[in-house]
Amino acid sequence: MEQQREAGTLGMWWFLLTEIMFFGGMFLAYTIYRHLYFDAFAAGSNVLSIWWGAFNTAVLIASSLTMALAVYHAQMGNSKKIVFFLLFTVVLGLVFLRVKYIEYSDKFEEHVFPAGDFRWPLAEHPTAPSNVGQLLTMFIGIPPAGHTAEAPQQALPANIDTKYSDKSPYLGISGAIPEEVSKMGMAGHVRMYFWLYFVMTGFHALHMIIGIGILLVLAFQAWKGKFSKEYHSYIELTGLYWHFVDIVWIFLFPLLYLVDRHL
Amino acid sequence: MSEHIVSKKTYYTIFFALLVGTALTVAAAFVNLHNFNIVVALLIAAVKATLVILFFMHIKYSTRLTKLWVAVGFIWLFIMLSITLTDYLSRAWLVYKP
Repeated sequence: MEQQREAGTLGMWWFLLTEIMFFGGMFLAYTIYRHLYFDAFAAGSNVLSIWWGAFNTAVLIASSLTMALAVYHAQMGNSKKIVFFLLFTVVLGLVFLRVKYIEYSDKFEEHVFPAGDFRWPLAEHPTAPSNVGQLLTMFIGIPPAGHTAEAPQQALPANIDTKYSDKSPYLGISGAIPEEVSKMGMAGHVRMYFWLYFVMTGFHALHMIIGIGILLVLAFQAWKGKFSKEYHSYIELTGLYWHFVDIVWIFLFPLLYLVDRHL
Repeated sequence: MSEHIVSKKTYYTIFFALLVGTALTVAAAFVNLHNFNIVVALLIAAVKATLVILFFMHIKYSTRLTKLWVAVGFIWLFIMLSITLTDYLSRAWLVYKP
């Protein structure tokens, strides 16, 4: 019995290790491009709403807690509570995806979706939530008054492109780059930031959608009384998957939203 | 040895620690630490990830074989990141004289 459980855990971790490498490749791409185009990544990350990001981080951590509690009740053999906590986890996952949808819509409105009509500097800048009340009203779909405001200048760190790009060592040029060239390069580099933003958060969201699907199946099976104190490895292993997705977000949030906020 | 059951109290404690970590990392983002913003952000993220792995994912209570596998996964990731960066970080040395 003990050996079976360990084999299951190891097998799940084997899969998670491949997932680490899958996301690891993207983190590596992020690291290299941030190193090369530091100024553009700072400008790009300042377009994101830190409050949506922080809100979603809290939601995801809470969903990890409810998932852990579902595993706890599975170990106790308490079927009703398994169903409750699995569904609670699903609801929190859906809240996360709803916020992601709001954020993505804003990026489309701002024309920073890299595969679409990409424009840089920002043409329009939808109002980001600035307090809890606005978070809640925007969450249920009511935008705050004056939703598409004029692009505020603080969305672009002041002069950051000229501040850094004339020192760029990768062109092998010392001294200033002509402003037009620097601006053109800037738009392309910011676009690269948004490629990474959409691909990384997109794959993360895809993992959550798959996770929610698995959780719904498990909740149904638990409701039918499939799991017991002795037999609950599906719930435990799905828990590992869900926590892994949480860990990916724990790194995505600071890297994409936070690290250049002070500039 | 039967299955180790982590208490609910532990789960709630870790949950609050993770929320505190999130608040800290958001607060730290607004302080200008120059080159150290990323260091602080990644340190906090690493601590949070470690808490999730040890307690939510039960690695603290797992067998040594499981612990080894988990560690190996992250060591591979570290090798990939660090060896690639030795290339990218040293490229500029050829052309750039400050």
